[in-house]
Amino acid sequence: MIRRTLLAALASLALAAAAEAQTLRIGLREDPDILDPTLARTFVGRIVFATLCDKLFDINEKLEIVPQLATGYAWEDPKTLRITLRENVRFHDGEPMDAEAVRYSLNRHMTLSGSFRRSEIGAMESVEVVDPRTIRIRLKVASSPFLSQLTDRAGMVVSPKAAEAAGRNFGNAPVCAGPYRLVERVAQDRIVVERFEGYWDAARIHIPRITFLPIPDSTVRLANLQSGALEMVQTIEPDDMKAVQANRRLRAVAYDELGYQSIVFNLGNGPRANTPFARDPRIRAAFELAIDRDAVNQVVYEGAYTPTAQPIPPENPFHIPTFRREARDVARARALLREAGVTAPVPVEMTVPNSPDLRQAGEVIQAMVQEAGFALKLNTMEFASSLQAANRGEFETYLVAWSGRVDPDGNTWTFIHSQGGQNDGKYANPEVDRLLDAARSETDAAARRALYARIFEIALRQDRSRVYLWHRKNIVAHTARLSGFVPVADGLIRPQGLRLN
Amino acid sequence: MLPWLLRRLGQIVPTLLILSVLIFGLQQLMPGDPALILAGEERGDPQVLAQIRAELFLDRPLPEQYLHWITRAVQGDFGFSWRIREPVAKLILEKLPVTFQLAVMAFLIALAIGIPAGVLSAVRRDRPTDWLVNAVALFGISTPNFWLGIMMILLFSVQLGWLPPSGYVPLTEDPLQSLATTIMPAFVLGSGIAGVLMRHTRAAMLGALGQDYVRTARAKGLGERAVVGRHALRNALIPVVTLGTIEFGRLLAGAVLTEQIFTIPGFGKLIVDAVFNRDYPVVQGVVMATALIFTALSLIADLLYMAVNPRLRTA
Repeated sequence: MIRRTLLAALASLALAAAAEAQTLRIGLREDPDILDPTLARTFVGRIVFATLCDKLFDINEKLEIVPQLATGYAWEDPKTLRITLRENVRFHDGEPMDAEAVRYSLNRHMTLSGSFRRSEIGAMESVEVVDPRTIRIRLKVASSPFLSQLTDRAGMVVSPKAAEAAGRNFGNAPVCAGPYRLVERVAQDRIVVERFEGYWDAARIHIPRITFLPIPDSTVRLANLQSGALEMVQTIEPDDMKAVQANRRLRAVAYDELGYQSIVFNLGNGPRANTPFARDPRIRAAFELAIDRDAVNQVVYEGAYTPTAQPIPPENPFHIPTFRREARDVARARALLREAGVTAPVPVEMTVPNSPDLRQAGEVIQAMVQEAGFALKLNTMEFASSLQAANRGEFETYLVAWSGRVDPDGNTWTFIHSQGGQNDGKYANPEVDRLLDAARSETDAAARRALYARIFEIALRQDRSRVYLWHRKNIVAHTARLSGFVPVADGLIRPQGLRLN
Repeated sequence: MLPWLLRRLGQIVPTLLILSVLIFGLQQLMPGDPALILAGEERGDPQVLAQIRAELFLDRPLPEQYLHWITRAVQGDFGFSWRIREPVAKLILEKLPVTFQLAVMAFLIALAIGIPAGVLSAVRRDRPTDWLVNAVALFGISTPNFWLGIMMILLFSVQLGWLPPSGYVPLTEDPLQSLATTIMPAFVLGSGIAGVLMRHTRAAMLGALGQDYVRTARAKGLGERAVVGRHALRNALIPVVTLGTIEFGRLLAGAVLTEQIFTIPGFGKLIVDAVFNRDYPVVQGVVMATALIFTALSLIADLLYMAVNPRLRTA
């Protein structure tokens, strides 16, 4: 009797362990916002979307645009894009994914109140259904970045029937055509998705269930991975790399992100821009020359990040390799200050979002520029407050990051163009505006690259409108039992090909 | 009795109304424009910002915004979370039991450690046991929760693998697993209170042990155990119980940091995340709910006092 009970208990334990292996638990940095492709805006939300909602196009590890729900595209002319769609694709509710559904989804992005996609696909004028497998998109102006927008949430296709029925609450029960469908969501606790058997690419989906767990503290997130309570974490801190690498049961993968860390200068946003620092590019050049990016990277990030002088990371085809960062040169910096006629120490204030690493980076920069003759005051602020301060021009310089976009336009236009919505320093140069607009509509890659090289030369080297410091790294860590993870610079975890042994 | 109760209930209404104005007003003082936060990386588009402000009534004058919120709140509708678009009332009802469970467990742990330790240290006054217990209590009071929490995770989850490092399982789903997920955070929360309780029990016990009735009990020839347990402790516990109830209230509010470390989806985590995301309806809802709970608790306490002490009924 006792033996039988014991055996039964062991068997149930084994079953429980097997069930465990069928679930991939991923630790996220924060709780995603609403799971509606039109209304969503957080980065972590995109990681969950990678399981729920397929997009018209995707990007691969070389940052090339590849078809997903589409099978191909052709530019009929610079303002007309024809997209052909995959056949026999169904949404989670069994409805067919066709040209009408794509038209509906794109129009929903344009019309739903509170849409975050409207500005992304703002170049779109209309969508036409050519036949059930083909759509034609007409643009108001030629736009090179347009196609890349369809590789993210703007390219996600939702079930029109479900979206109509749910209205603004669609995000609580999203119905898309992705490999998994939503089982449950408990706010701040977990998001559970299970394999959608009708998925068009089902052969590449090997894990039946994925649970996303938001764990904000990076130490606790890592502890969960180390103790086996998670199989994967979205990101760990650079200084935790060693601990993961020393553990035979764990793997860490570090790869460049699409974005950057930078220092914005307030050049024309309100009275705080009325300083010699804002008026004279020589003083800003001295400031930049005083910073040793490699040293900051070593001290704060154990050398894990990639120092840079431009907004486009090296793996992007539009990276300008000839636009290099200048070596630290304190003597030249001092000479520039003398030339500008200012007496050291030149007072400057830098707004720094309140995170431990940025605070530390700010302190290292403070010590560096002091040697060149700047009295840098750090103004540490909670992130939400710093955003508002930047927007209102209540800053002199601001240490701020951008998560980055695949197309170079997404890393430049809105920050450097005089009409750019995130140009917090209100930098304005008509020539740079003209070049940015030209780069936006230029379809020839080589010509476009030449335009960006020119833009950086003027806006960064000549006008010193901003300092780019480094490209951060996505550092994903996972159990050695997990295989098939393909790192892509956008930082998403694509479930296709993942296996748990 | 009934008129008194009605009067008390009548007082609650203006109290809550004044509080609601305070909550709403104080929130406006928080730096950081919610529309900017909600717009995230789309904050560069003035059209997006204008739309968010219009949708959330942020473009209206403050009194109108307040009226819009309060008229719905009195009907039990606290609105939707701006961030995840779930009803605030649902979030509150979902999170409250979690924090309550955590607080009860932490309190039980605090009682189980604090009172016996206090008695022991009073009885063995100025002897090595007293010094040791005092040192441990001081450690409990002075150790920051987040440090103790992370150390416990590293020891019990990463090194020994005995307990899950974070997360929460409801009692109704799996009681054993639920205890496993909450025992570490409950200990972290309870350890600080245990120290406070120990110090107060010790002081109260020392006072009681010096009283005449204790001497009389000893003179009667009662055993030391009966003297301490039946006579001194009972009397010493009265101020300790008062302190305990205050500490329990603080537990409900003070779980904020601990919930954050152990990723417990409770009340504290709800409000912290809401504040950082400028999710005003959630902040307002949670603070109002907390105020409501405290008001109800104080009413219940008054009723209990009257049940215990009939003289108060005439007041």
